Amino acid sequence: MTEPPIEDAAEPSQVAPLPTVEPAGPAPMAAAEEVAEPEPAPEPAPVPAASAPRPLVKRHHGIVRITHWANTVLLAGMIMSGLQIYHAFPHFGLRGGPYYVNHWDGRYFPKWARLGGWLAGGLNWHFALAWPFVISGALYFLFLVFSGEWRSLLFRPRDVPRAWQMQLYYLRLRKEHPPQGKHNALQKAAYSFIFVLGVLSVLTGFAIYKPVQLSWLTAAFGGYELARYWHFWAVWIFVAFTLVHVALVFLVDPASLRAMITGWYRGRFPSHD
Amino acid sequence: MTEHPLSRRDLFRLGLTAGAASLAGACGWQGGPLLPLLRGFSRLNDRVGEKILLSSHRLAPQYPISARTPERLFPAYSLTHPLPQLTDSGAWALEVGGLVRKPQRLTLEMLHALPKVTYTVKHHCVEGWSAIGTWTGVPVSAVAAMVEPTPAAQYLRFDTFDRSYSNGWDLKSAMHPQTILAYAFNDRPLTPAHGAPLRLYSPVKLGYKLTKYLTKMSFTAERPGGYWEDQGYPWLGGV
Repeated sequence: MTEPPIEDAAEPSQVAPLPTVEPAGPAPMAAAEEVAEPEPAPEPAPVPAASAPRPLVKRHHGIVRITHWANTVLLAGMIMSGLQIYHAFPHFGLRGGPYYVNHWDGRYFPKWARLGGWLAGGLNWHFALAWPFVISGALYFLFLVFSGEWRSLLFRPRDVPRAWQMQLYYLRLRKEHPPQGKHNALQKAAYSFIFVLGVLSVLTGFAIYKPVQLSWLTAAFGGYELARYWHFWAVWIFVAFTLVHVALVFLVDPASLRAMITGWYRGRFPSHD
Repeated sequence: MTEHPLSRRDLFRLGLTAGAASLAGACGWQGGPLLPLLRGFSRLNDRVGEKILLSSHRLAPQYPISARTPERLFPAYSLTHPLPQLTDSGAWALEVGGLVRKPQRLTLEMLHALPKVTYTVKHHCVEGWSAIGTWTGVPVSAVAAMVEPTPAAQYLRFDTFDRSYSNGWDLKSAMHPQTILAYAFNDRPLTPAHGAPLRLYSPVKLGYKLTKYLTKMSFTAERPGGYWEDQGYPWLGGV
């Protein structure tokens, strides 16, 4: 990074103070506002240091950005074609039952949520998109390993107390935002978990794709019917993750959206330590 | 280093919108102009499944008889309704021919006299359901040994008296020790619902590959199509 993008210099809104630095003596009004707002509003605080423009930092490598957005489209396609496949037999368990606990047991998903039109269409989409989905995930993983970026993402034992402090902060039980690097401990937990979920969804997928040839894998998930059940559950965890992920981007750190598109970040958490 | 984030961002927005729109537009149909690409992936998956995953040494697990799915809950499909039935079952015989040295016409009595295989296995339907049943029959490999296929034979085509239902198999899958020409289900002769008098069975294939109401088994050099496969189901159908 040598020069900030021209566009950023032209945006006065970007010259907001760093809210991570708390005002020395918060007024009672400010404290009351904090309860209502998910985050302290970045209003001009009477702290001289905070009036400096936020630094512009290069945040995401091209590989991370490409695999992130590829994954967005691919995961949507995988889920929608998966719901089309579910349409053919909306139960879990051996034929005749009893069927496993499932809110959607015997129910169908609306047409707009399905991809493929019918079972064969759904299968072909699912098994075709699976290739770029796995390749994109593998590329992302290899990049993290070889660039050392995994250090800012992997949730480790030492992150447990930090995650607890973050949780206290979000619950308004702690006033200051705990210091963080590129990601806070809760983010590390979320991003580590979702990668594991991605791996599990691929493995359960293979387990139900070839339950005989890969019988050892299918057995590891408790057999064909259970593997299919876990594969379906992964969908709802992905959906829940995505909803929270997108909500937090806009509520907590909107600048991170641009960082994931252009790679450049000018936001509240510029540290990459 | 000069950045042009505006144009790049616009490109990204365009890409995202186009991606989302194409996905949304594709929902109702099977892929439109992308269909050949999807079929190409399906062929690629077949190749991976057949050349890498399929092993004639890997046998499907067997289950105790107590694990059987109650017969009234074991689904059965056919194109013909009411069920396809022979008018003269005594005249029925399986024709085995194509690229073979000794074509045969096998009656049910002849098939009963051949070495038989019985197993209680799990049936996997492409729809996602599974059920357990016991099947008895003659290994396809034993019949192949009788007719002596020529080296040019690479595939098997199965024809039926259930309208135009037919199927194609690769030789490796057909020679799997658990691939049989089944004449009994749960210790009794096949009923019309399950493909009487003779059907193909294998626990390493999806149900639509297990052709019922057999009339003919031909060794071919070209890959035969199939009733469902021609409409888009994976050709190999292995599990």
